[in-house]
Amino acid sequence: MNFNFSEEQRMLKDSVTRFVQDQYDFETRRKVVDSEDGFSRKNWQTFAELGWLSIPFSEEQGGFGGGAVDTMLLMEELGKGLVAEPFVATVLLFGGLLSSGASPALQDAHIDKIIDGSLQGAFAYLERQSRFDLADVKTSAVQNGADFVLNGEKTVVFNGGVADKIIVSARTSGEQYDEQGISLFLLDASAAGIEKTTYRLMDGQRVANIKLTDVSICADQLVGTLDQGYGLIKSVTNEAMLAISAEALGIMQKLNATTIEYSKTREQFGVPISSFQALQHRMVDTFMACEQTKSLLYRAVCSTDAGNEDAEKDILALKIMVGRAGKLIGGEAIQIHGGMGITDELDVGHYFKRLMMINTTFGDADYQQQKFIALSNA
Amino acid sequence: MDIKFSPEDIAFRDEVRAFLKEAYSSELAARLDNPKTFKEAQCEWQKHLNAKGWAAPNWPAEHGGAGWSVNQSFIYETERSIAGAPDVVPFGLKMVSPVIYGYGSEEQKQRFLPKILNSEDWWCQGYSEPGSGSDLASLKTQAKLEGDQYRVNGAKIWTTYAQYADWIFCLVRTDSSGRPQGGITFLLIDMKTPGITVNPIDSIDGRHSLNEVLFEDVMVPVTNRIGDQDKGWTYAKALLVHERTAIAGVPDSKRCLGELRELAKRESSGGVSLIDDPMIQTRFANIEIELMALEYTELRVLAAFSEGKGPGVESSLLKIKGTEIQQAIQQLRMDLAGYYSGLEQGELTAEQVGHDFGDMARRTYMYGRASTIYGGSNEVQKNITAKVVLGL
Repeated sequence: MNFNFSEEQRMLKDSVTRFVQDQYDFETRRKVVDSEDGFSRKNWQTFAELGWLSIPFSEEQGGFGGGAVDTMLLMEELGKGLVAEPFVATVLLFGGLLSSGASPALQDAHIDKIIDGSLQGAFAYLERQSRFDLADVKTSAVQNGADFVLNGEKTVVFNGGVADKIIVSARTSGEQYDEQGISLFLLDASAAGIEKTTYRLMDGQRVANIKLTDVSICADQLVGTLDQGYGLIKSVTNEAMLAISAEALGIMQKLNATTIEYSKTREQFGVPISSFQALQHRMVDTFMACEQTKSLLYRAVCSTDAGNEDAEKDILALKIMVGRAGKLIGGEAIQIHGGMGITDELDVGHYFKRLMMINTTFGDADYQQQKFIALSNA
Repeated sequence: MDIKFSPEDIAFRDEVRAFLKEAYSSELAARLDNPKTFKEAQCEWQKHLNAKGWAAPNWPAEHGGAGWSVNQSFIYETERSIAGAPDVVPFGLKMVSPVIYGYGSEEQKQRFLPKILNSEDWWCQGYSEPGSGSDLASLKTQAKLEGDQYRVNGAKIWTTYAQYADWIFCLVRTDSSGRPQGGITFLLIDMKTPGITVNPIDSIDGRHSLNEVLFEDVMVPVTNRIGDQDKGWTYAKALLVHERTAIAGVPDSKRCLGELRELAKRESSGGVSLIDDPMIQTRFANIEIELMALEYTELRVLAAFSEGKGPGVESSLLKIKGTEIQQAIQQLRMDLAGYYSGLEQGELTAEQVGHDFGDMARRTYMYGRASTIYGGSNEVQKNITAKVVLGL
C-alpha cells in the first residue's frame, strides 16, 4: 500500500500548478468567465498542447491511457485556480461516453478532435422534472426506418451553448422512470429541430436548455446499445463525480490556506484574529474536514482504479462528504473573512459558489445519502 | 497510489485468521469480560500473541518486532477486530517501549523489554495529576536526587489499571526554575517500592479501572531514569504521538457499527425494524462515512510512518475524529437499547430481565465519555493542531 505518485504523475501535477499560477490569476479568470463562451479557446489549445485533453483516453484511441489518479491530480490543481474551461463536459462526459460506448467509426471520427482541442462536446442528461434521477427520461426517440426521431427538452446541459456535438439521453422503450429503455444519441448541435437557450450558473459555467422538435438522427449515431444507455450514464457520471470531487478538494485547500493567511494579517483588538481560540478551533475543523475529504477521495480513486466491487459505495461516500465539507469550509472561509468575505471583489465567495454547484452536480449530499443507505443495507 | 494486496498479503491474512480461530476462544472472551479474571486472561492472550511473534509487531526487529508492512498491520487489525479479539493493553507494549528502545540505556532495554514482550510485567502510566490535566507540563510530583536515588513525593491520578501494575512510568519534576517543560524527568518506578499507595476510583460505568497513585518518600534508583535528567518532556511527547494514533480505534469502530446494524435489524418499533427508520439510517450513514474516511486517514499516516515520515501531528486528527466516532456509536447503541440501557448498576442486570445488550450499551457509553478527555482532551488536540499544523 502506498499513496505516492509516479514521476509522470508528479510532472503532470506540476504542469497544471504552473499553468494556474502563471496564466490564471483571479482577475484573468473573471475576464474568462465573462467572455461570450465562458472560457478561453486559447487556454483550451494550451490544454491540448500540454496533453491534458488526452488523459483519460486509451493509447489505442490516441490518448495518454491515464486512470482515475491522473484525472484527480489534474482536477485538484484546476480547482485551486477555479478554472472554468469545460474539461468535465467535453472530455469526461462527452468523451467518456464515446470512448466507453461508441462504435469504432464514431470513436475514430471524434476522439482525435477532442484530444487536439478542435471539438467541444456536451452530454444532455437532465430534464426539468428529473432533479437528480438519471433514469427519469421523458424525451422520446422513435424509430422511423433507418432514423430515430427525437422530441423533448433537456435542461442544464453543461457546455451546451458552445458544444459542436451533443450526446442526448432519450427514451426508446419503457416508462418514464425505468432504467431500461434509455438510449444515447450523438447529435450535431446545428441539426434541424434543435433550439437552445443558454444561461449562466453562479459558478460562471455556461449551460443550456436544449429543445428537440422532430430531430431526425441516423441509427448509426447511437452511442452504446439500444435501450441500454443507463449503464453507460452511470459509469461516466461516476468518473465525473470523482473528478469534480478532486476539483472540490483543490478548492477546499485553497480556501483554507487563504483563510489562515488572512487571519494572521487581520488585526482586531490590537492582535491578529488568528490568536483567538474560537477562530483557531474553527480553522482546525475545516482542516480536518479537508483531510477527511482527501482520504475519501484517495479511497474512491484507489478502489475505482483497482476495480473493487465497493467502488460505487466509496464514490457515494466521497460525494456526500464533498457536499457537506464544502459547505462547512466555504461558510467558515466567508465568516472568518468577515465583511470582506461577502464582497464580489474577493475570490472567496466565488470559490464558495463553485463548491455549492459541485454539491448539486450529479446529485447532492442528501440525495446520494439515500443511495448510500440502500447499498449499506443491501 | 496503490491499495492492492499481494499474494503474500493474502497468505498473511489467512495465517492471521487461522491464528485467531485457534487462540481466541469464547471461553477466553468470557474471562476477559469479567473484572475478576480480566488481568489473567489479558496476559494469557498477550502471551499467545508473543508466542506467535505478534505481541509488538511494530517494534524494531532487534528487540522482537515483526517488521510488518503497512498492509500487514492493516490486515491484522482488521481481522483482529472482526474476530472480536482485544487489542493489547497499550501501556507497556505500545507506550513505554518506544521510549525505552528509543531513549533508554542498553541495560534498561535488556532489563525491561523482554518482560514487556512476554507480558510478565504489567505497566501503567503516571502522567496526569490532580492539578495537571490538559496542562500536563504543570505537573508537581517531585523527585530529589539523593546520591544514586531519587526521593519521589506527590500524586498521580486517572491511572488506568494501576491496581494490576508491576511498574509505572512517571513524569516527575526535578527542576522548577525555568519553563515548566524544562524540569521534567522520566522515571520507571517499581510499584512494590515502599511508600506507594493505590486508591481506586469508581467510574460512571460502574467498574473500577481508574486509580489515584500516591508517592510518599518513594526511593527510585537513578538507573531507572530514562535518558537525561530534566529532558523527560522530549521523551514523553514522542510517546503521546504513539498514544493518540492508537486511540483512533478504527477497526473496532467498524466492527461495532456492523454489530449495531444487526441489532437495528432485529429490534423494532410499531412493527417496523429500526434499520428502516430514516432517522436511524441517517445516523448509521453519517458514522459510516466518517469512519470510511478515517480509515484512509489512518492508512495515510501509517504509510507515511513506514517511509520514516511520522507519525506526526496528524495523530491529533486521528484522535479527535476517532473518539468522536466512538462516542457516536456508543450513543446509537444506547438509543437502540431504549429503556434497557438505563438499568442501575449493581442491581438486576438487563440480561436478567430479558435484554442482551442494554448493560453493555450503558457501560461503554458511560466509560466512552472519557475518550474525548484522555490522551490530551480533544480541545487541547485542536490547540496543538492550530499551532503546529496550521501555524496559527
